Amino acid sequence: MAKRIDVSGLTAYYGSHKAIDDISMTVEPRSVTAFIGPSGCGKSTFLRTLNRMHEVTPGGRVEGKVMLDDENLYAKDVDPVTVRRTVGMVFQRPNPFPTMSIYDNVAAGLRLNGSYRKSELAEVVERSLKGANLWNEVKDRLNKPGSGLSGGQQQRLCIARAIAVEPEVLLMDEPCSALDPISTLAIEDLISELKERFTIVIVTHNMQQAARVSDRTAFFNLAAVGQPGKLVEIDETERIFSNPSVQATEDYISGRFG
Amino acid sequence: MAITTDNAPAPPVAGKPGPTSTGRAGDKIFLGLSQGSGILLLVIMASIAVFLTYRASLALAENDGNFLTTFDWNPAGDPPVFGIAVLLFGTIVSSLVAMVIAVPIAVGIALFISHYAPRRLAAPLAYVVDLLAAVPSIIYGIWGALFLVPYLEGLNLWLDEFLGWTYLFEKTEVGVARSLFTVGILLAIMILPIVTSVSREVFLQVPRMNEEAALALGATRWEVIRLSVLPFGRSGVISASMLGLGRALGETMAVATVLSPSFVISLHLLNPGGGTFAQNIAAKFDEANELGRDALIASGLVLFVLTLLVNGAARLIIARRKEYSGANA
Repeated sequence: MAKRIDVSGLTAYYGSHKAIDDISMTVEPRSVTAFIGPSGCGKSTFLRTLNRMHEVTPGGRVEGKVMLDDENLYAKDVDPVTVRRTVGMVFQRPNPFPTMSIYDNVAAGLRLNGSYRKSELAEVVERSLKGANLWNEVKDRLNKPGSGLSGGQQQRLCIARAIAVEPEVLLMDEPCSALDPISTLAIEDLISELKERFTIVIVTHNMQQAARVSDRTAFFNLAAVGQPGKLVEIDETERIFSNPSVQATEDYISGRFG
Repeated sequence: MAITTDNAPAPPVAGKPGPTSTGRAGDKIFLGLSQGSGILLLVIMASIAVFLTYRASLALAENDGNFLTTFDWNPAGDPPVFGIAVLLFGTIVSSLVAMVIAVPIAVGIALFISHYAPRRLAAPLAYVVDLLAAVPSIIYGIWGALFLVPYLEGLNLWLDEFLGWTYLFEKTEVGVARSLFTVGILLAIMILPIVTSVSREVFLQVPRMNEEAALALGATRWEVIRLSVLPFGRSGVISASMLGLGRALGETMAVATVLSPSFVISLHLLNPGGGTFAQNIAAKFDEANELGRDALIASGLVLFVLTLLVNGAARLIIARRKEYSGANA
C-alpha cells in the first residue's frame, strides 16, 4: 500500500511535439502532492505518464524513468495494464460506466482482476463506497445506474471505483473542475481522508484547492506557447505559497503571471 | 447508397414544432419545409398501407384456401387457392440464417476497424466496406448463382456429415445447393457491409472518457471493448442489424437467382426449394392475371407488416434499457 514515486529525466511527446521536458521529482507516500501551473504546461500530461495512460493517445510516447518504489514502470518487460491496476486514476469529468449500476461500477475493477465470491465483492463495494463518503447516499439504490447520480456523487463513485482495487497510488486530474463548491468540498474532505492510505497526486487549476489539500506542491510552467512544459519547483505547499524559491512561482501564485 | 428505406422506423414527425418561430421569413420557410416533408412521409406510408390493404382484400375474398396456412400458390386455378405459409417460412428462415451469420462477423469487422487496426489500414478498410454496401443486389445475385452455389456443395456435404444430427443440417434430398441456407449465406454477404458500416460509426462515437475509465482500471483492449464500447454501441448495433434485416427480408433479385423455388416447408435447411415473399412476387408478377396480382399484393402486405413488427420489436429492445444508455453520461 502507498508507494513512493521517483521520476527522473522524464520527457513526453505527442508525435514529434515535445509536451514536457526532462522532469524529475519525488512523490512521497501517504501524502497529497498537487500540480499547479498555467494551461498547456504539461501537468496533466505528466500525470498521465505516471500510470502509462499517456501512450494511449495516438502518437504519445515517453522517455525517462518512473520508479514505483523499486520498480521502473517503463521497463521493457512491464505491462501497462498491470501498471494501471496499481496506479488508479480519477478524471476531470466524472465517467462512471453509463450502462452499469452503481454496484457494478464499483465492482468493475475487481472483476477485471479476477474472480471474487459474491460476499467478498459486496464487502469491497460497501467498503469502497464508504471510503468515498457515498455509501449513505446510495446504499438503497445500488442497482440503479451510476449515471443517474449528481455530478459530485458520480465523481465520488469514480473515486470509489478507483480505490476498490486498492491501488498504490491515486492520480486525480482536476477532479473538481466540473463540480459545484459543495461537491468540491466533499471531494476535498475525502482526499484528506484518503491520504492516510494512498499516495495521492492531484492536478488542479484552483490554487486555493492546492493550498487546502496538498502537503507538497509542484509548479509547472512553459516558456511560450508551443514550447515544452517544465517543472519549475516542487516544495512543501506552505513554502510554495509563502516563500517560493523561484520568482516565476511567486508571480503565478500572486496572479502577476506573465 | 442503396439503403432501403421501405422499413424506415416511424418518422420523427409533426406535433412537435418546438418553440414558435419568431416570424422571420427564414424560420417560416424552414418550418414549412420540414413540416411538409414530415407530413409527406406519413401520407406516403398511409397510402401504401391503404393500397396494399385494398388490393389484398379483393384477392382474399376470392381465395378458396386459407391464406395463412395453404402450401400452394395457384390464384389462376378454379377455384383460386393460394397461401403464404411457405413464403413466410422461407423469408424468416433465410433472413434468420443471414442475421446469425452476418451480425457477429460485422461487429467483429467493425471493432477491428475502429479499435484494433492501425490507422493506415483502418481508413482504406472502412472505405472498402462502405463501397461494398453500395453494390447493387443483382450483382450479388449473379455472383451467388454462378460462383457461390457450386462452391457451397462441398460445404453442404461437410455440414451434412458433421452436423447432420442437428436435423437442421441434414440433407435428405440430393441436388444442387439452391437452398434457403445458401440464400441465407448470400443475404449475409449482402448485408454484411451495411451492418459493419453503421456499427463502425457507432463504435467510433464511444466517448473517449468512457474508454479511459476502463483503461485506467487496468483493462486490456478486449476488456475496454467489453466494458465501454459494446454497452455504448449496443443500441446502434441493434439498429444496424435491423437495417440489414430489412434488406434481407425484402431482397428480391439475389434470392430469385439462387433459389430453386418450390412450395414445401422443410427444416432441413440444405434441401433445395422454398420461397420468399419478394422472390415469389418477382417470379410470378409478369404472368399473373388480375387476381394473381392482387394475391401477390396480399403477400406483399404481409411482408410490409412483418418489417413493421421487426422494427417495433427493435425499438422496444432499445427503449427497455434507456436509463442505462450512454446518452446521459
